[in-house]
Amino acid sequence: MSKLIFEKSVKGARAFTLPESDIPPEKVSEEIPADFLREEDPLLPEVSEVEAVRHFTALSQRSYGVDSGFYPLGSCTMKYNPKINEWAARLPGFAGIHPYQPEETVQGALELMYELEQMLCEITGMDSFTLQPAAGAHGEMTGAMIIKAYHNSRGDTKRTKMIVPDSAHGTNPATANMLGYKVIEVKSDERGLVDLEDLRALMSDEIAGLMLTNPNTLGLFEENIREIAAIVHDAGGLLYYDGANANAIIGIARPGDMGFDICHLNLHKTFGTPHGGGGPGSGPIGVKSFLADFLPVPVIEKHEGKYHLNYNRPLSIGKVHTFYGNFGVMVKAYTYIKALGSSGLKAVSQNAVLNANYLRTKLAGCYDIPYNRLCKHEFVASARKQKKEAGITALDVAKALIDRRCHPPTVYFPLIVEEALMIEPTETETRERLDAFIEAMLEIDREARENPERLKEAPHRAVIRRPDETGAARNPKLKWTPKD
Amino acid sequence: MNYVPNPPWVVRQMLDTIGAKNIEDLFADIPEALKLKRDLNLPRPQSEVELRRELAALAGRNLSADDRPCFLGAGAYDHYIPAAVEQLLLRSEFYTAYTPYQPELSQGVLQTIFEYQTMICNLTGMDLANASMYDGGSALAEACSLACDATRRRKILIPDTVHPRYLEVIRTYAMGGKMEIITVPGKDGVADPDAITSMIDSRTAAVVIQHPNFYGNLETALQQIEKAVHGVKGLLIMAVDPISLGLLKPPGAWGADIAVGEGQSLGNPLSFGGPYLGFFAATEQLMRRVPGRLVGETVDREGNRAFVLTLQAREQHIRREKAGSNICSNEALCALAATIYLTLVGREGLKEIARRCHQLACYAKQKLEQAGLKLKYQRPFFKEFAVTIPDPRAANAALLKEGIIGGYELDGALLLAFTEKRTCAEIDRLASVLGGIARE
Amino acid sequence: MEIKANLYYSDDHEWVRVEGDLAYIGITDYAQHHLGDIVFVELPEIGGEFAAGDTIGVIESVKAVADMHTPVSGTITAVNEALEEAPETLNKDPYGQHIAVLKMSNPDELKKLMTGEQYTAYCEQAEE
Repeated sequence: MSKLIFEKSVKGARAFTLPESDIPPEKVSEEIPADFLREEDPLLPEVSEVEAVRHFTALSQRSYGVDSGFYPLGSCTMKYNPKINEWAARLPGFAGIHPYQPEETVQGALELMYELEQMLCEITGMDSFTLQPAAGAHGEMTGAMIIKAYHNSRGDTKRTKMIVPDSAHGTNPATANMLGYKVIEVKSDERGLVDLEDLRALMSDEIAGLMLTNPNTLGLFEENIREIAAIVHDAGGLLYYDGANANAIIGIARPGDMGFDICHLNLHKTFGTPHGGGGPGSGPIGVKSFLADFLPVPVIEKHEGKYHLNYNRPLSIGKVHTFYGNFGVMVKAYTYIKALGSSGLKAVSQNAVLNANYLRTKLAGCYDIPYNRLCKHEFVASARKQKKEAGITALDVAKALIDRRCHPPTVYFPLIVEEALMIEPTETETRERLDAFIEAMLEIDREARENPERLKEAPHRAVIRRPDETGAARNPKLKWTPKD
Repeated sequence: MNYVPNPPWVVRQMLDTIGAKNIEDLFADIPEALKLKRDLNLPRPQSEVELRRELAALAGRNLSADDRPCFLGAGAYDHYIPAAVEQLLLRSEFYTAYTPYQPELSQGVLQTIFEYQTMICNLTGMDLANASMYDGGSALAEACSLACDATRRRKILIPDTVHPRYLEVIRTYAMGGKMEIITVPGKDGVADPDAITSMIDSRTAAVVIQHPNFYGNLETALQQIEKAVHGVKGLLIMAVDPISLGLLKPPGAWGADIAVGEGQSLGNPLSFGGPYLGFFAATEQLMRRVPGRLVGETVDREGNRAFVLTLQAREQHIRREKAGSNICSNEALCALAATIYLTLVGREGLKEIARRCHQLACYAKQKLEQAGLKLKYQRPFFKEFAVTIPDPRAANAALLKEGIIGGYELDGALLLAFTEKRTCAEIDRLASVLGGIARE
Repeated sequence: MEIKANLYYSDDHEWVRVEGDLAYIGITDYAQHHLGDIVFVELPEIGGEFAAGDTIGVIESVKAVADMHTPVSGTITAVNEALEEAPETLNKDPYGQHIAVLKMSNPDELKKLMTGEQYTAYCEQAEE
């Protein structure tokens, strides 16, 4: 059993020493009225430095990152995170600067942000970028705000609905709802693409826009994207690109050329910055020039070789982050793009698509693949055959992969595929790793037929067995409380 | 550099397996007209040697608070980060992990979040805390949004003693249409309790109080405002500085329903404004409306202690358009930094740090007054205060010339922050430079 | 899958039991089965007025969430508060546990609902 840090606490133990006070003793004063003072100390651990370090080291050993092994989580782009990027973000000239320092003392940081914006414009075919959103969903929200601000600026206030595909990430409808839009789902057709007839029927002067990933969450390229764009634009709506799947198309095709008006990118997916166990990410958004005035403030401008932060933007939606976004993540993405250049970025997408199609081809005999044709960076398999024949679900397959020291794929998403296993290998995996994964998947399929009961009990070799999630939700215990 | 591992001959064999002639075949589904027919116009690829040179040069063009005394605060603070925090964050099982959706593989990450939630609860005196938000401003905006959902009301009252950028973020979030943000002018550097209570009515979803406020002052009428807003069944939202909670009475004790704040001070570098973390804590009654991820303790099938993401039906991936928030990625690694930081400084250390910041600020007040300057507000403060200076920009320039990073420029004043890293000698220099300007 | 003969059923897998002008509303065995382990039930406020099809509450399981609709119009006169403490009873005894009681304002609406027999066919079709 893993003890909590609080349970390792020893009264009086400590790891931190404050420097001795150098204020002359007669001048030490405190001026806080007594009723503003805390009556009881906050209950924090009391441990030595060595025990603190061992505690968190042990917890790291009970975790699993890309550096630990294969991580084919669909839609998450768990690629290798280059180490030079970590070095760069920790340089004192980046990590040690205060966001309100005078502009002349942070020219290097502003230049990096400005150049990153320019490079993202070129990569996506958009005209202007903001780096302020701190995550993909934050970027979506900022994009939806821009859509709303644009329609409002034209006095076009009856657009109260946003269209999202039935295969969309949950963030798309949740974002539209945060902006007060009613969410309308457009169906997927039998090929897994946006149903054009359904889309046409849904369009009206009440539609603010369509939020779309391309390739979509099935890993399929929306071949009719130009037509989709025309349908949306003809009805006065805007087209939003969700960049969750951009790893498939960098250097090959650009959202700006497909007809998208706004797009976000996930620097923590496509541009190699680490996911950090859930964050920080960074979700910059790009817009076509007619929307640039609505971008959040401040924008970075360059005049005569000097960089400035401009807050004077009357049409701007305002701010979505207290400062300028997740600068440390931007440094890593900038370093990544500079390392790869044009040829390297194109190779990223080429190899991401190669790896995905290699896995798809080799798994197709054993697992059902509902849309089994050329995919992009990911594809969706299904455990419905295993479920029907042996009662083995996508969840069981996932847990069995854990026993084979592999992170499971995304399961039960997208919602339009039963027992979905959404697999995204990324470009940074060797063929040997892919073959080992295929072998593991085939072995699980065999075990499903030969020994299903053991599979339903998986994992057997992880640090815990399957946890009681129902109990956790019925009687939530969200913090530790002392026994006495 | 190139992080694609398969050599060309392996790629060739893989293409054969797939049945593709060449790599371009894999993109046959993209219409020709949409394909980029040229190379992206980007700088040529660089080796690590070149990258180090370029990045070091860019970083070198910034003035780092690591080598200069820094008196800037206003929401981001130059507190000391113990070496062990930085070292442990480099454990790549932590930083290269995804969100812990697979509990059997992620017990370590899940346990650190559970410990983080516990620490935030203990600091703020609240019942529960989530796994983190983007930053202080967005956490506050989400708190306002939650208050509107929970009370089914629209009106949010905010004194203008709240950080002006937080206010801007809240206003931007209000574009959704469910919040009506009303700013109430403050009085003498604190919220005006009479103005606020006179505006509280049965349509009031919440009152927001930042304490200490943007100007560093303690909000002295908290009790009166709390009574008034709870009197109409509205919520009290407090934004607090986590370091101050080593010394000051926590939001829970003031009767706050939601407590949020900027967590950067807890072990995260200044890093030009991000990545930081917003902490978010609330009362038990609001549990099922709290945005973002929550980790809960449970047992596995053999009865062993286990941690899982829980109450997920609140979140966007399940509730979709009915979710209260769209947040997905958070600031987990920054929250881990906060957890390690709070572990290392511990119960006594946080108290000592908070006390030292306050004592240094009090000492600075004495020195500045002796040098002929006046504080803009004669009020109790924690670690930050505004000193009256007719031309704050010129004052900052003069300080910079002396190698000092000055304060945040207010109208006719400089907002100065004092962390435990500042020394008596640095404050003496600050007072001497500003005193010199005052005498001119 | 249990379906009771003497109840009315909606498309959204709710059942209605009529006692005078009162309608007892719950969710069907089919619904609880598809939701999985129910962990939380949000009940409507007594006195609330609703039209047929309105959302009157929310049912959460570990990995899913469903709105609870009222198949008939009326005013809420009582709710099953025991569900707040023990939501799992909806899994164990879906027809024994109503969620809310409505005083019907338009009992004619019952005619639009399915009989047990019709609902059985409806569920079979949904499973295909």
